[in-house]
Amino acid sequence: MTHRTGVVEPPPLDSPIAGAATNAAGRRLLRGRSATSLTRASGLGLGVALMWFSLLVLIPLTAVLVQASEGGWSAYWESLRSPQTFAALRLTVGQAILVTVVNIFMGTTIAWVLVRDHFPGKQVLEVVIDIPLALPTIVAGLVLLSLYGPSSPLGVNWANTPVSVFLAFLFVTLPFIVRTVQPVLLEIEPEVEEAAASLGATQFTIFSRVILPSLAPAIASGAALSFCRAISEYGSLVLLSGNLPYSTEVASVRILSYIEGDKLTEAAALASILLIVALIVIVILDVISRRVARYA
Amino acid sequence: MSIKITGVGKKFGDFTALADIDLDIATGELTALLGPSGGGKSTLLRIIAGLEVADVGSVEIEGVDATSLPAQKRNVGFVFQHYAAFRHLNVAGNVGFGLKIRKRPRREIKARVAELLELVHLSQFADRLPAQLSGGQRQRMALARALAIEPTVLLLDEPFGALDANVRKELRAWLRRLHDEVHVTTVFVTHDQEEALEVADQIVVINQGRIEQIGPPHELYDHPASEFVMSFLGPVTTLDGHLVRPHDLEIETHPFSDASAGRIERFNRVGFEVRLDVRLIGDDTAPPVLVTLTRADATAKGLETGMPVWITPVAGASQVRITTAATPGAENLDLSAANSAPQPTFT
Repeated sequence: MTHRTGVVEPPPLDSPIAGAATNAAGRRLLRGRSATSLTRASGLGLGVALMWFSLLVLIPLTAVLVQASEGGWSAYWESLRSPQTFAALRLTVGQAILVTVVNIFMGTTIAWVLVRDHFPGKQVLEVVIDIPLALPTIVAGLVLLSLYGPSSPLGVNWANTPVSVFLAFLFVTLPFIVRTVQPVLLEIEPEVEEAAASLGATQFTIFSRVILPSLAPAIASGAALSFCRAISEYGSLVLLSGNLPYSTEVASVRILSYIEGDKLTEAAALASILLIVALIVIVILDVISRRVARYA
Repeated sequence: MSIKITGVGKKFGDFTALADIDLDIATGELTALLGPSGGGKSTLLRIIAGLEVADVGSVEIEGVDATSLPAQKRNVGFVFQHYAAFRHLNVAGNVGFGLKIRKRPRREIKARVAELLELVHLSQFADRLPAQLSGGQRQRMALARALAIEPTVLLLDEPFGALDANVRKELRAWLRRLHDEVHVTTVFVTHDQEEALEVADQIVVINQGRIEQIGPPHELYDHPASEFVMSFLGPVTTLDGHLVRPHDLEIETHPFSDASAGRIERFNRVGFEVRLDVRLIGDDTAPPVLVTLTRADATAKGLETGMPVWITPVAGASQVRITTAATPGAENLDLSAANSAPQPTFT
C-alpha cells in the first residue's frame, strides 16, 4: 500500500472527467486517503498491528540478516558456495515449485468439486482436507514412512529418494489452494456463467475468460502459501528422505546441521537465501495472477 | 412471429412450473410476462433463452426450431435481475464480451461498444469496474452487453427488481424509449402490474404455470378474463357477488336506482385520494366494500365517518363474477393486490 503524505482530494466519482484516464488513479487515491486520515481508533489499531508484526516477524528477521552478515560478504558467499548447500537448495526449491504447480491444478479441482458437486461423503472430505494442517508434521512423516518406506504395504520403496521430498511437500501443502479458492468460487453466481453462455461463450471460454480470471488472485495466494510452506518443511520429510547429502537433504535440514556444527553465520546465510527465494516467488505469482485477471 | 411456443411444460420434481403453454410473440413487440412469484414466468423466459430445458413442447425463434439448441447458439440477449456482471472486466469489457468471443476485429468492437455505451448513457463510465457503478448503471451495462451481439430477441428477467422505487420508475420509462429506438423483439418478466401496464405493448398474465390472459394493457384492464387477472392488475373489492374496482363505484348520500345501502365505517385520506370502508346494511359477516374517490368529490358530497350511503358500480365498470372462494385479493382490501396474491414456495 502506498503511503501518501499530502492529502489529495479524489476527483468526484460521478463527474465525466473521472471516467477514462483518472479512473485507476482515483481508485489508488481512495485507498491512499485512508492512510492519511486515520481516526483515533484506526490509529490505535494500526499501532497494535505494527508492534505485533515487529515483535513476531520483523525483529527476528532482522536478527537472521544481522547474523548472516556477521562475517561480512566473503563469509556469506563462502557458505553459499558449498556444493552440499547448493544441492540442498536446488532440491528444496525445485521440488517446492513442482509441488506448487501440481497444487495449482489439483487444489483448484478439489475446490471446484467441493463447491459445485454434491456427493455422499462431501462433508467428510471437507474435514479431511484440513488434516495435513492439523497433524503434527512428524506424525505426517511417520505416516509417509509407513506408507512409502521399506515396509510399504503398496510395495514401493521411496525412502532415501528425492521422491520422498516431493511426497512430503505434497502432503503438507494440500489444503492451501483448496481453502483459498473455495470461498471465491462460492461467490461466483451461476447467473454470471449463464450470462456468458447466452452471449455465445462455450464451456471452455466461460472457464478461461470468466471463472479463471476471478479465481486467479485466490489461486496465486494459495500457491504462494503452498510454496513457502514447502521450502520451509522439515518434520514430515526427515524420516522418509534419510537426509542424504547431495541427494535428499533439504535446506531446512542443512540449516539444522549448520547449527549443530555451530556455524550460525552459514545457517543464517542459507535462511536469508530461502527468504529471498520466497519473496521472488510471491512477486512472480502476484504478477501472473494480475495478468490472468485482466485477460478476457 | 418472432417467438412461437407450443405445448411447453416443465416440472421441478413434483412441482409443475409450466403446463401446456402456447404463446406467440410478434416481431418487434415489447411483451411483459406478468404474474406472482413462482407462477412460472421466469421459467418460461429461461426456456426461451435455452438456460432451462422444457420437458415437453417446442420453442421456435424467428422460424428456427430452437427447442434443442444450446443457449450459446440461440442468439438471445438475456438480462438478469442481479446484473450478472463480469466483475473482473470494466464496463467496456463487459459490453464487448460477446463480440470479443466472436473474434470480431478490435476496431469494430471498439466502435460498437462506444455506440452502445452512448445508447445506455454510460460513455463516461467505460473504464469503471462494475463494483464502482450504482445498481441502475449496472443494469444499463447489462442491457448494453445483451444488445451488443445484436440478438434476435431480448429477454429481461425482473430487470428492475433489485433497484429502489425511484430508479425503477426512471428505468422502465427509459426501457420503453429504448425499445422505440432499437425495435428488438423484447420479453420481460415482472410481478409489478404497474410496470407491465406502463411499458408493455402486450401483457401475458401467467399464474400457477398457466396463461390466464393475453392482450394489450388497456384490454386486460378493461376486460379481465378472470378474477385472478382482475385482482392482479390493481386493487379490487367485492360488491354483490362481483369483483369491481374501488374507483369504479358511485357513492351518494341518498338512495338512487338499485344502489346498495351501507354506512361509512372508516374514512381514510391518502394524498389526493379518499378511501372509504363501507359496511353494507344487513350483511355484517362480509368484509366492508372499499370505495375510492378524489378528495374534491368527497368534500363536495360531504362524506364523513358513520354516514349512511348508497353505492353501485358506475356504468361500464369492469366487473367479474366471483365463482371461486379462493380469489386472491378479493377479501384483501389492501391497495396492492399483487402483494396479496398467493405465494407458492417455489420461486
